[in-house]
Amino acid sequence: MSLLDITDLTVGFDTEDGHVHAVKEVSLSLEEGEILALCGESGCGKTVTAMSVPRLLPPRTTRLTGSIRLDGRELTTLPEPQMRQVRGKEVSVVFQEPMTSLNPSFTVGFQIAEVLRRHENLSRGAARRRAVELLELVGIPAPAQRIKEYPHQLSGGMRQRVMIAIAVACSPRVLIADEPTTALDVTIQAGVLDVFRDLRDRLGTAIILITHDLGVVADIADRAVIMYAGRAAEQAPVEELFARPLHPYTLGLMKALPAAAVAAGPGGRRRLAEIPGMVPSPLADPAECAFHARCPSGQDDCLAARPSLVRHGPAHLAACFHPARSGEQP
Amino acid sequence: MTWFILRRCGAAVIVLLLGSVLIFLGVRALPGDPALVMAGEDASPALVAAIREEYGLDRPLPVQYVEYLRQTLSGNLGRSTQDQLPVATILAERLPVTLELTALAMLVAVTVGVLAGIVAAVRRGRAADYVATGFGLAGLSIPHFWLGLLAILLFSVTLRWLPASGYVPFTEDPVGNLQRMLLPTLVLGMGFAAVLMRQTRSAMLSALSADYVRTARSKGLPERAVVGVHALRNSLTTVVTVLGLQLGALISGAVVTEQIFVIPGFGKLTVDAVLTRNYPVIQAVVLVTVTAYVVINLLVDIVYAFLNPRIRLSGASHG
Repeated sequence: MSLLDITDLTVGFDTEDGHVHAVKEVSLSLEEGEILALCGESGCGKTVTAMSVPRLLPPRTTRLTGSIRLDGRELTTLPEPQMRQVRGKEVSVVFQEPMTSLNPSFTVGFQIAEVLRRHENLSRGAARRRAVELLELVGIPAPAQRIKEYPHQLSGGMRQRVMIAIAVACSPRVLIADEPTTALDVTIQAGVLDVFRDLRDRLGTAIILITHDLGVVADIADRAVIMYAGRAAEQAPVEELFARPLHPYTLGLMKALPAAAVAAGPGGRRRLAEIPGMVPSPLADPAECAFHARCPSGQDDCLAARPSLVRHGPAHLAACFHPARSGEQP
Repeated sequence: MTWFILRRCGAAVIVLLLGSVLIFLGVRALPGDPALVMAGEDASPALVAAIREEYGLDRPLPVQYVEYLRQTLSGNLGRSTQDQLPVATILAERLPVTLELTALAMLVAVTVGVLAGIVAAVRRGRAADYVATGFGLAGLSIPHFWLGLLAILLFSVTLRWLPASGYVPFTEDPVGNLQRMLLPTLVLGMGFAAVLMRQTRSAMLSALSADYVRTARSKGLPERAVVGVHALRNSLTTVVTVLGLQLGALISGAVVTEQIFVIPGFGKLTVDAVLTRNYPVIQAVVLVTVTAYVVINLLVDIVYAFLNPRIRLSGASHG
């Protein structure tokens, strides 16, 4: 049993245009102290998959089936009051938008202390002292000064560090980071990633890192799940994934990296590769390979049935009838 | 913060001075000659001229203005041209009545409007929301005078629960005072409550879908803290702004309501003074209204700054 086990997770939303299939039959697991990357383009279901764990999806329109177990405890059916004990304490979240995720009307000290007082039963003063320590932990200078400040007085990178301080305040088992560096400058990104790595090393926190940036994946993740159109396309330890990508979609993503374009051409340069075509509409869920229309190695059998995840190595799975031959370089 | 308040107060004084000039000129631009009204239809030209001289109406306008300002600041608002009573005395008698009416109406409006707005936003698209928005629409579209007449018809004439009109000072008969104030308060407060309800609802709806509310939920906070602390605090700025802006409507609503319920307040005084071209009273009434407006807006600005750290702190750093 892993720390977190997601089995056959299917999530849909009732919208005015019909039922949107956001996540389909996704299964994944997370070990203690592991950094797992969920990657894919916008709308591939990576955020919905992760937000299903703390149940932060809109309750009235979300249709969720499957199982999510934290330490063997089923979260999908946990009553809401107990679920509130899990949120912020055992599973916490760092959101994508540092500029708007903090409440503009309260000091950052209050917003950090709030979660401590909720879950750790700390007094006002003790929570405040702990908030200072946490700001120090995430690398904010002059923390005793900073806790009295309001979010608008801090830069984006600082705010993201405050968000991380809130998320790790109660030493969660699982930390979900949703594109934590996307809104930040490149120089700030590295610092924030260091904070995550440091937290994992010091507290043993398992991290689900949602990102579309394969550079971030290579930098920090232990294992990666590549998602496409609501399903897992490929799943492998990061080193193996970059050395031997099997799914044509993964291969396409890697060819689309600027670094790949620079390295490959004879003169050192060539046009950046792209994946032709469009992501299929999430309103339909046909029984064929969702990537078929855009796939360079697609054949007739891809239309006849949907490929399921097949094991190609000890921890390497891919959902493709015609995976790239090993040795094919991205 | 102190600097912010001082700056606001300075601006308020300037607005008041400009207001006093406009009031002074506006009253003089009204058609009709007050000396003629006072002297009566068949008065001799000599009597009219004497009255003009007595009230200083024959002097140049700037001289009249400076004299007016000097007298006003020393608390002398002149005498009513109708009954020769000092205007200050009349105001002292009428103003508390209207203050009580508007304060009670505001209390009702804020309590009902803000609570209903929060409930409607939280229960969006469900029965409670439809009931609240339905009443809100009714409150906005029904005019005071009609609602007042309906209320009198129902509660005073048919049910005989409450007196239809009149006024007793609170200090003389508290129960009688509140009995008589209940209907006017509800009639005046209803429209105001509707405006506040709609504004609170839309402010709460946008706050509830904000990222920081999602953050609050991700901390495992109970819904009452998510709604009552995180969302409400950010909606209050809107509510306070609307409160200040709508005060004008409340004052004009008080004029109408006082006419319907025959309450001897400020509104009735205003109407009577305009009909008789009672310059000193008109000037004083408008001046009090302008002052009330300026003071309320000053208070709104200060409360707003308290609620919104971005305003409060920018005021400090630029000072």
